Amino acid sequence: MDKTIQPQIYDSSERGTPPVEELRAILKYRHLLTQFVRRDILTRYKRSVLGVAWTMLNPLGTMLILTIVFSRAFGGSQPGYAAYVLSGLIAWNFFAQSTNAASLHLVWGGSLIKKIYIPRTIFAVSATGTGLVNLLLSLVPLLIVMLIVHVPIRPTVLLVPIPILFLVMFSLGLGLLISTIAVYFTDVVEMYSIVLMAWMYLTPIIYSEEILPEMYRLWIVRLNPMYHLIELFRAPMYEGRVPTLSEFLISGAIALVTLLAGWLVFTENADEFAYRI
Amino acid sequence: MNSLTVSEEAVVEEPGFPEDQESAIILDNIGVRYRVSPERIFTFKEYMIRRVQGKVRIQDFWALKDFTLNIRRGEVFGIIGPNGAGKSTLLKIIARVLKPTTGRVIVKGRVAPLLEFGAAFHPDLTGRENIFLNGALLGFSHQEMVEKFEGIVDFAELWDFIDAPMRTYSSGMWARLGFAVATDVEPDILIIDEILSVGDEAFQRKSFARIRAFYERGATILLVSHTMDTIRAMCHQAVWLDHGVMKAVGEVENVIMAYRKGQPE
Repeated sequence: MDKTIQPQIYDSSERGTPPVEELRAILKYRHLLTQFVRRDILTRYKRSVLGVAWTMLNPLGTMLILTIVFSRAFGGSQPGYAAYVLSGLIAWNFFAQSTNAASLHLVWGGSLIKKIYIPRTIFAVSATGTGLVNLLLSLVPLLIVMLIVHVPIRPTVLLVPIPILFLVMFSLGLGLLISTIAVYFTDVVEMYSIVLMAWMYLTPIIYSEEILPEMYRLWIVRLNPMYHLIELFRAPMYEGRVPTLSEFLISGAIALVTLLAGWLVFTENADEFAYRI
Repeated sequence: MNSLTVSEEAVVEEPGFPEDQESAIILDNIGVRYRVSPERIFTFKEYMIRRVQGKVRIQDFWALKDFTLNIRRGEVFGIIGPNGAGKSTLLKIIARVLKPTTGRVIVKGRVAPLLEFGAAFHPDLTGRENIFLNGALLGFSHQEMVEKFEGIVDFAELWDFIDAPMRTYSSGMWARLGFAVATDVEPDILIIDEILSVGDEAFQRKSFARIRAFYERGATILLVSHTMDTIRAMCHQAVWLDHGVMKAVGEVENVIMAYRKGQPE
């Protein structure tokens, strides 16, 4: 491992390209990464009786309310509306929580990066990691609900790691972009939570896209990256079909471009953060 | 305004840079510039409006200027100066938290900052969990921390409370655990920012003894203090900083004398 005899040497003039350096640093600090994820998951429910079970109960509760409220309005055409809502909801929750947490952790964890060197991307990466653990745990209630409302569980669910990977890439990229802006303008954190709410209603999560007028549908489909990502998640999970190649390619491209953009913008600015936070 | 372009960072290319094997920290012509806006602009809207109006004013403030210093391995180095002299900035440069605006810094070895005790502890986690979290912050793996765990709890004298959440700890217990973790990881360079007043008398004695053991082992120690007695008792060399400029460096007594003379009565 990295336990060499000679001491580690830090030389401020010997720096590679920041995006690559940061990648190396985050691999080196992987222990801290697991500690951060552990801390986030443990502390969130530490004082509650049911503990981590809330990770599964929370989306279930939301799903139950949404199903009761909206099944008449939107659910007519969707078989197993509860499973439809829940599948969209856990993908959305992952995205919303991890992007939001990324910027919060960097702004509020700022006292840390002013005292000790740690890779600056670790906040966004660990926020996404925490979200991923929650997402994986939420798959359990989703499968149970699918059984209850008679949505067949097909072998296509084995494909679900691919859409999850794309969701992770997209969320991490966007989380890094928002963190960068949030360092300079703290308001962005508040603004973003409002944007998230609007964004959620613009994404077919509680309603199916068929109920939208043709014109709106085109806009939502074309411009909303989360539409593509959630559809790619729902296809093998809820619909039980293998996504088409173009569905894979569109989502993959969105995820990759966002991740690269976020990583580059963040790491190029990261040296300034300790001055700003 | 938000990105420092690379061209601004003067790349110091000195061919004959002294690569002294004995040096633990080399600071070469360090300058640290803070860009402060005289009025704080918090909101995005405000910023955009001012930007359009061309009213975004930025003042440069140099927290450190042309600072050159060579600290040898195994030295206990004191840093003195009034508030706002740039002492903390200097420590941050060495701890790799801030990147110098100009100049070059070379640090050989693992740096453990003791800037503030247990700043990274989480109140809802137990002492045990926090030890592992803090160890990871300093770059240690879980396995390495397992080996150090007992020694840390022994030193902090916290066996009875180690599985209680830290929010139940007294501030003294909190500080003791912070000191124990930061020093038990055996850094090559230890940064101490005015902390020796922590804990009760018995614990203070223990802390001093441990710091002494560090330099006996050959570690380099940087000590910031306003208490001249502490500097005198612990340090081999000292530097006096004022307004980001080095005023004196060398033998502790001489530096303290110069510093005292420089103070208004």
